Amino acid sequence: MSVGAPATQSRLASLWRHPLASTAALTALVAVTPLFLTSSYHYRIAVLVLIFALACVGLNLLMGYAGQISLGHAGFMGIGAYAVAVGPTHLGLPSWLSLIAGAALSGLIAFIVGRPILRLKRHYLAVATLGFGLLIAIVLTNESEFTGGPDGMLVPRMTLFGWTARGTIVWYWVAGISFLVGARLALNLIESPTGRALRAIHDGEVAARVLGVDVARKKLAVFVVAAVYGSVAGSYFALFNGHITPDVAGFLRSIELVAMVVLGGMGSIVGSLVGAAVLVVLPQSLTFLHEYEHMVLGLIIIGIMIFLRQGIVPTLAAAIGGRRQ
Amino acid sequence: MAENLQFAFSGLTVGTVYALVALGFTLIYNSSDVINFAQGEFVMLGGMVTVFLGLAGVPLPLAALAAIAVTIGVGLALHRLAIEPARTDNPIVLIMITIGASIFLRGAAQIVFDKRFHSLPPVFGSDPIRVGGAAILPQSLVVLASAVVMVVLLWVFIDRTLFGKALIATSANRLAARLAGIDTRKIVGFSFGLSAAIGAVAGILITPITLTSFDVGTLLALKGFAAAMLGGIGSAAGAVVGGILLGLLEAFSAGYISSQYKDAVAFLVILAVLFAMPQGLFGKARVERV
Repeated sequence: MSVGAPATQSRLASLWRHPLASTAALTALVAVTPLFLTSSYHYRIAVLVLIFALACVGLNLLMGYAGQISLGHAGFMGIGAYAVAVGPTHLGLPSWLSLIAGAALSGLIAFIVGRPILRLKRHYLAVATLGFGLLIAIVLTNESEFTGGPDGMLVPRMTLFGWTARGTIVWYWVAGISFLVGARLALNLIESPTGRALRAIHDGEVAARVLGVDVARKKLAVFVVAAVYGSVAGSYFALFNGHITPDVAGFLRSIELVAMVVLGGMGSIVGSLVGAAVLVVLPQSLTFLHEYEHMVLGLIIIGIMIFLRQGIVPTLAAAIGGRRQ
Repeated sequence: MAENLQFAFSGLTVGTVYALVALGFTLIYNSSDVINFAQGEFVMLGGMVTVFLGLAGVPLPLAALAAIAVTIGVGLALHRLAIEPARTDNPIVLIMITIGASIFLRGAAQIVFDKRFHSLPPVFGSDPIRVGGAAILPQSLVVLASAVVMVVLLWVFIDRTLFGKALIATSANRLAARLAGIDTRKIVGFSFGLSAAIGAVAGILITPITLTSFDVGTLLALKGFAAAMLGGIGSAAGAVVGGILLGLLEAFSAGYISSQYKDAVAFLVILAVLFAMPQGLFGKARVERV
């Protein structure tokens, strides 16, 4: 906080607080980034960042706004990923329809398991979501007739009206635009009465219930939404990679997603992109450490939780003087 | 009949290990509200350090003691270097820290040791004892007997010593314990060390039966956690019962349903129990404050 420029600071702060600030900032970021991407490898990383950011936006609605933790969110990514692999290969469905079917299936499963799971609190919620995610990973590993087992399976490329999505630049725009749409929808949700109800649940469940919020229903709704986000991100991940293994639904993936959300900032949609960017780029730039990779990842997670658990974006926002997101 | 007896034996053996892991969870949870996901790595360290000291020529009993000491050191370091600096009681943050620690320890073990499976010679040889048509390994009896001894020692220690009473006071109410002059920081650190020791012993005892490698900890931690949940977290009796129940359930479902899905069955049962009794079998319902 500098002392010299209160006028500039308040202007900056009011700009930051504008309802469309987040959307504008994200759009600009997605539009400008390609100027700095010089190789197909860079594009590849950028696509991965956007895909994980999409999953994080969904998870952030659940964690940052409704205050519920999920240690099994990669399970939904797994459903989406295997939908676009199994659908075209075994059922003859086009990829885009498989993607939608995967999202619908994820939403349905979330709807069914959500009510009993979300009744649980704290550690019990953590173990239930964790168990749920593991179950999905176990099924994907064991149903090898359909899924290729632990070795995974190839994913056919997506074709729309005779046009095939291939190449990292095309995927950059597919992922980028999907992320922006996802982020905008999430922001709309947050600003709706449902969003306010979710924040009330976060601050105190009993208090929210006393004020007339249908807590169970709101939590369930946001769980379903988060599952759909995760599933779509998983589908993109599979289509972009062209190959998929049960690791996509694994415990480590779920932990990474939670770490991304916390690092970027719980309750900050912009933060989801920042968190995903850091945790995708950092391991890539540490590949020279290869066999120390896990040690470093563990240290990074501990470090984030000790030093950065307020999240990067909320910390910066507080420094600028605005309190919005 | 003989088949069922066989399933029961193997379930009991594995269940005992789950019970010990769950007991470790419970100790740490009671003193500090931390769910320690690195508990499985304590088990791994116990087995792996013993194996590698043994390979280096150290006599096995000595190697086992050294492994327990190393694991206690790791447990204390985890508390001092990762849990304490966080200064928070936010369960999400604490869970993530211990998960980070577990990933770190696994990565370190992979480098310090190797990625292969290892075994230890059983204490009383490997000739199975025949009981009613089923076979039981002498080592399984060693595991069971040691677990009983450990639980009794733990109970005596907690119930009969001043330090144990301080531990109970800390888990009942940390602030009140501190006001009564108990150094709760020391107690919490101690519970991490004790938990690590229990995990290491479990790891050493089970290695002759199930083998060990750098990554056995993850699934053990999850199952132990599940066992603690099943019994109702925070209850030591619940942890033991939950662990043994889980082991038996797994063994019988592996025998009667599908061995591929035995892990899945364990988690399904846990989900079912949580849905039906969200506080576990032995847990107490909590009243939420606004």
